[in-house]
Amino acid sequence: MTEFVAVLVDGIVYASWLFIIAVGLTLIYGVMKILNIAHGSLYALGAFAAVSCANAWFAQGYAAMGSFAMLAVAAIAVALVFAPIIERGLLRHMYGKDEVVLVLVTYALFLILEDFIKLVWGVDPLFVQGPNYETPYSLLGNFDVAGLTYPNYNLLLVGVAIVAGLALAWALNRTRSGKLLLAVIHDREVSAALGINVGRMYFVTFTIGAFLAALGGALTAPTVSVVTGMGAEVIVMAFAVVVIGGLGSLPGAALGALIVGMVRAAAVHYAPEVELFSVYFVMAAVLIARPKGLFSGAEVRKI
Amino acid sequence: MTRDRTVLALLVVVAVLLAAGPFLPRWMISLFNVSMGYGIVVLGMMLLMRTGLVSFGHGLYYCLGAYAAGMIDQIWNVSDMLAMIGGGIVVTAVVSTILGFLLSKYREIFFAMLSLAFSMILYGLLVKSASLGSTDGFNVAAKTLAGMDITGKGLRLTVYSVTVVVMGIAALLLHRYLASHRGRLAGAIRDNELRVEYMGASVRATVHVNYVISAVLAGIGGALMAINIGHIDPEMTYWPQSGEFVFIAILSGTASVFAPLGGALVFETVRSFAYEYSPNTWQMVLGITMLVVMIFLPGGLWSLFTRKKVAA
Amino acid sequence: MAVILDAKGLNKTFGAVTAASDINVAVEQDSVVGLIGSNGAGKTTFINMVTGYLKPSSGSIHFDGRNITALSPRQITRLGICRSFQIPQLYNTMTVHENLLVGVGIVAAAGNAWGGAHSAAYSDPEKAVDAMLEEFGIGAYRNRDAGLLPEGTRKLLDIAMAMVVRPKILLLDEPTSGVSADEKFSLMDCVMAAVREHKVTVLFVEHDMEVVERYTHRVLAFYEGRIIADGEPAVVLDDVEVRKFVIGDHAPAAASGGGHA
Repeated sequence: MTEFVAVLVDGIVYASWLFIIAVGLTLIYGVMKILNIAHGSLYALGAFAAVSCANAWFAQGYAAMGSFAMLAVAAIAVALVFAPIIERGLLRHMYGKDEVVLVLVTYALFLILEDFIKLVWGVDPLFVQGPNYETPYSLLGNFDVAGLTYPNYNLLLVGVAIVAGLALAWALNRTRSGKLLLAVIHDREVSAALGINVGRMYFVTFTIGAFLAALGGALTAPTVSVVTGMGAEVIVMAFAVVVIGGLGSLPGAALGALIVGMVRAAAVHYAPEVELFSVYFVMAAVLIARPKGLFSGAEVRKI
Repeated sequence: MTRDRTVLALLVVVAVLLAAGPFLPRWMISLFNVSMGYGIVVLGMMLLMRTGLVSFGHGLYYCLGAYAAGMIDQIWNVSDMLAMIGGGIVVTAVVSTILGFLLSKYREIFFAMLSLAFSMILYGLLVKSASLGSTDGFNVAAKTLAGMDITGKGLRLTVYSVTVVVMGIAALLLHRYLASHRGRLAGAIRDNELRVEYMGASVRATVHVNYVISAVLAGIGGALMAINIGHIDPEMTYWPQSGEFVFIAILSGTASVFAPLGGALVFETVRSFAYEYSPNTWQMVLGITMLVVMIFLPGGLWSLFTRKKVAA
Repeated sequence: MAVILDAKGLNKTFGAVTAASDINVAVEQDSVVGLIGSNGAGKTTFINMVTGYLKPSSGSIHFDGRNITALSPRQITRLGICRSFQIPQLYNTMTVHENLLVGVGIVAAAGNAWGGAHSAAYSDPEKAVDAMLEEFGIGAYRNRDAGLLPEGTRKLLDIAMAMVVRPKILLLDEPTSGVSADEKFSLMDCVMAAVREHKVTVLFVEHDMEVVERYTHRVLAFYEGRIIADGEPAVVLDDVEVRKFVIGDHAPAAASGGGHA
């Protein structure tokens, strides 16, 4: 029983974390048809920026609780700096190319950003930690379920994931800009012809996606040692999530995150030797059963 | 029929490389060995790309080829170089034939993603296989070549020579295949699958065959790399490795079998020098190179050589 | 004359839309049949069903006495039915020569599995392709990329690509659409000459009544998924219903329908 509860809690926490990262990826794909490998780099940038911001905060001796704000500041900073450079500077010139070519463009970006991180932050592991070993991870205290103790920080992850998902769903379906965006997703040419500023839509979408990736990284930073290469590990997991759910689908990302989260948590508890394998096995199985993921649109006839 | 200049050029290249072997410095032999191993893998990527497919999981076969080469020694105490390469071929042929039944239905991003999933499944298995060294992998050594002892001082040169010959054969066979009626179907499928079916050829069967060929080439490359480097680990099927193969294929272009071979050499040269002089920015150099090639040379580096002909 | 294609009771629905309703057609060997009807009347659906791209909801299609209803486009092509497309389906990055060479190669590689006579005719693929280019009058474009051809030539190449697999029945989907008025007869002359040469039965969808009158032995008029008239061109084109629903003019049909789009 305890084990089962542990799987459930771990699965939900892990799913929330995955969702925060994957939802930005699926949003960008849905709107721009770019499967952005550099999303992993933005995640890593968020984590490294969080280390710098939070540690600077601690070093000033300010109230430790403020370090949470610093995590958010780091994510916003990464989005505001890198989204314009990447989208306006590079991707904008690539629209209309083959989807696979666009993947490769973002792969090149990924390589560049990996080394950028090494140049700025070095190659040694970093930690979000104040001079007195304070860290946002332990600041919030703990909670107990069925005799197991968890840090409240995990609840924060779940909360952020739910808020992010609901906010995006609301923005897409209830606001004017969101509805225009849905029109762009449906048919880019027609939307442009109707006077929708598609370029601006793309830019805003990319910035939001980048922010979510960076936020995922920033929220992860206090829980792990922040190392180079963390982006490579995450992006392939995020791919699994969005592919399972159906590329470009918001509910798909949520379902995909839950599936991957639960599968991985179950594997860790019951069969640790298949932990990684299980996630990709599920990804392959879903693709085999439903080639375009669980939430996918209908085919268009050619002739 | 005009004489096929590519065949002639290939024979000349192989002959020159073999003759030059004994006089080449150590570092150059190493560079060539790695380049040729990669080159053979990328020959397979080229065939897939000609068919209109990009695999983000070809590391699967590269890794399988290498582990097959290493494991026939572990299991049966076989350390003959040809047997090791043969092991790589058999294993990759069998696995790709099975997976091909599924993958031949997939296109574009979905083909890339399902390939990725399969390669990551192998990664997930290998990192947890204690008997295969988990993330550390294990050492591999070829001791004989068709029964002759090759250990000792001459090993490096022997591996080099065998690699040259294998590369020559692989490139020659692929070239002949591409020029054949079956091979020409690759481009037709990339351009218009519907028409291919309406001309009476099976798109799925052709994609399947090409997939198996590309997988076997990756397996040969992996086996050679295992013998050459003497060590294998699960990173060979981690996604950035697969990405690297795609990278070289894009860099090279797909117009001739020389493109992937030359592209692999350029890539490996740039990487070894960049890595030596600036270990923390070599990926950045590669990324920028890739962007420049994609933006200014959509046909790859090879198009530098063929531009005049196209214009004429 | 022997019946080569026999469609019986074909029905096809897409959700609530009926694209074909009780279609019965028996086509005689060596005949040239025109399919007319406004857009959405079911002509292309009929072609798609005959060539296996769509499966009829009910009914059967026999070719040379063999039931082909459930076969795929590839299998049907190999039996001897091929088609052209309203929007030419070419290999755009390959040259005109290579476009046809692909087809020759497929037939040659199939060997006796595809009728030994053809593979013998294709024993020299290069020569076979050049002969076809000559036949269709597109030899001047031999080494041009198919994606860079003028529309009329694209149409001809598209039809040549259907002919290269040596069909017994050729279905043409609007062969003259997108072709200029002064080119349409030379295009059709060229196609019909090739068709006669190889003894191919032809069914073609056409909006241009001049073309229909000039080249067909028989006309089928489609309206809302049904065949509303079937017979000699002069009779069908003069039919009251056909003039109302298909040709869309109410003037006497004696003056031909002209360049109806």
